[in-house]
Amino acid sequence: MVSATHTPDTQVAAAASTNGAHIDIRQVSHWFERKGGQGVLQVLDDISLTVAPGEFVALLGPSGCGKSTLLRLVAGLEPATAGHITQDGQPITRPDPSRIVVFQDPTLYPWRTVWDNVALGLQARGLLKQQRHRVDDALALVGLDEFADAFPHQLSGGMAQRVALARALVNDPQLLVLDEPLGKLDSLTRLSMQSELVALWQRRQFSALLVTHDVEEALFLAQRVIVFGQRPAAIRAEIKVDLPYPRHRGDPLLAQLRHEALRHLGLDGSW
Amino acid sequence: MTTTTESLPRQAVSPPLPAAQRTGKPAALWLGGLVAATTWLALGVLVLKWPNKEVGFSDWAYTDEFGYFGLGVAALLALLAVGGTFTGRVVRLLRPAGQWLVALPLLLALWEVLTAKLGVLPSPFFAPPQSLIEVYGEDWSRLGISTAYSLRLLAHGFASGAVVGFVVGVWIGWSRIAGYWIHPVLRFLGPVPASALLPLAFFFAPSSYAAAVFLIALASFFPVAVLTWSGVAAVNKSYYDVARTLGASERFLVLRVAIPAALPQVFVGLFMALGAAFTVLVTAEMMGVKAGLGWYLQWSQGWAAYSNMYAALIVMAILCSGLITLLFKVRDHALSWQKGTVKW
Repeated sequence: MVSATHTPDTQVAAAASTNGAHIDIRQVSHWFERKGGQGVLQVLDDISLTVAPGEFVALLGPSGCGKSTLLRLVAGLEPATAGHITQDGQPITRPDPSRIVVFQDPTLYPWRTVWDNVALGLQARGLLKQQRHRVDDALALVGLDEFADAFPHQLSGGMAQRVALARALVNDPQLLVLDEPLGKLDSLTRLSMQSELVALWQRRQFSALLVTHDVEEALFLAQRVIVFGQRPAAIRAEIKVDLPYPRHRGDPLLAQLRHEALRHLGLDGSW
Repeated sequence: MTTTTESLPRQAVSPPLPAAQRTGKPAALWLGGLVAATTWLALGVLVLKWPNKEVGFSDWAYTDEFGYFGLGVAALLALLAVGGTFTGRVVRLLRPAGQWLVALPLLLALWEVLTAKLGVLPSPFFAPPQSLIEVYGEDWSRLGISTAYSLRLLAHGFASGAVVGFVVGVWIGWSRIAGYWIHPVLRFLGPVPASALLPLAFFFAPSSYAAAVFLIALASFFPVAVLTWSGVAAVNKSYYDVARTLGASERFLVLRVAIPAALPQVFVGLFMALGAAFTVLVTAEMMGVKAGLGWYLQWSQGWAAYSNMYAALIVMAILCSGLITLLFKVRDHALSWQKGTVKW
């Protein structure tokens, strides 16, 4: 569905943003204040990690370990307690439309149509009047141009998440931050969305940072998988997935890497 | 759709005729309409043929007119019922109200019998239906002007109260400092019924009209402010995260995220505010303002003109339910993206 829509516009957009963001996370630690003044809770422990321009990196770890917190720091939604995060050498201090987050819930605005939801970023930056076509292009990219006038409650879960992807991609981000974006989809939709995500990434050449607790998903999508341990999250291992795209789920290397990842997570007993 | 259901038994009896049956008059007969017409006819006959009970002074005026009115409605309904395709559209509109069209003349008949015919409910405290015709026919200008005055007062008071309430609600929902200072005041003073401040308002305000506007505004302000505030405070926090990562300014977050998300709550507040505004409106008009429906009620009571009072009450009921219906129409339009909301 995605590869079928090769409009000239999207090719121009892709050519313009061949350079994804270079993200450098250096010795980042983070604490939360407990409610009621009961001290602090450490969620991140001395994380150092770089994302090369155009690279697809997955953060794999048990739920609740603090991966999503790291994403919030990278997105600029919260400042890190200790350490530095930079984008192309500039410190990240606040949210910026060059780094767009796709959350686990589509969080579409129910009072806006699909089109108006996708237009959100351009509208917020005052670009919508001149660049309305970018919204149409983004909707075509995820194959939902026919649903432009629908309201979110009329969409299925997979369609809603595709709208959320279009809402991110319309801004031509240099970094796409994916916080378990497929976590709530049914398994069939999930498989097809994984392939779509790879196709979109190849076409637009942004850097991607994906948080997931699904081993297969991380290995199928990413070039590098960073394995986190229990809270406070620290990097346990780094797995390079040296396979060309599009990948095949039955690839023996993937099965082998899966074993390795599960071993780092302490779950290889059942293997 | 009804044509098919009513022609079904006929088809069973004589199969070769269905097409003619479907287009012909009998198929389009509106049975409920005929029943309603009969009831209205009975009302008319009852009013005309049963002499009014003599109560010392002159007879109730417009008794015959009321009877003819019943006969007229009966004739109209009968025509509609047998009118077939010519009256199909009107019938389609009336059909859902079919049982009310039967109940209404029964209620009117009961009212007529208890007042004019038997005198069980004593005059002058209870007036028969025909006396309302007399009021509307002879005192319509005074009643009309009173209605207009009430509407003007309500519009001024409700509009200013709702606007200020909305702005304050958004403000305390958004700004932590405003929430800290204004919210406790709102919680302390808000629940005081605005009509309790009536003497105070009339004492301080430059005119009784200004005092009434102030009190109606106060009564509408409180529910709108509280519900707008709770609507803004309850907005899903990730809506803000999404907008912020997309480069939204604070202004955008308030106008394009917080307010639209809070709108369903705001309309609940407006609905409650409208009810409170009616109460204060009538109270204020009865106490100090020398115009409006509340004043008319008070005035007609003072002259023991109870039929005028009932007439004004009916106008008031139409006015209030009409305005609330209007508010809900606006709501349905503004919140068309929602599904399954409170019905009116």
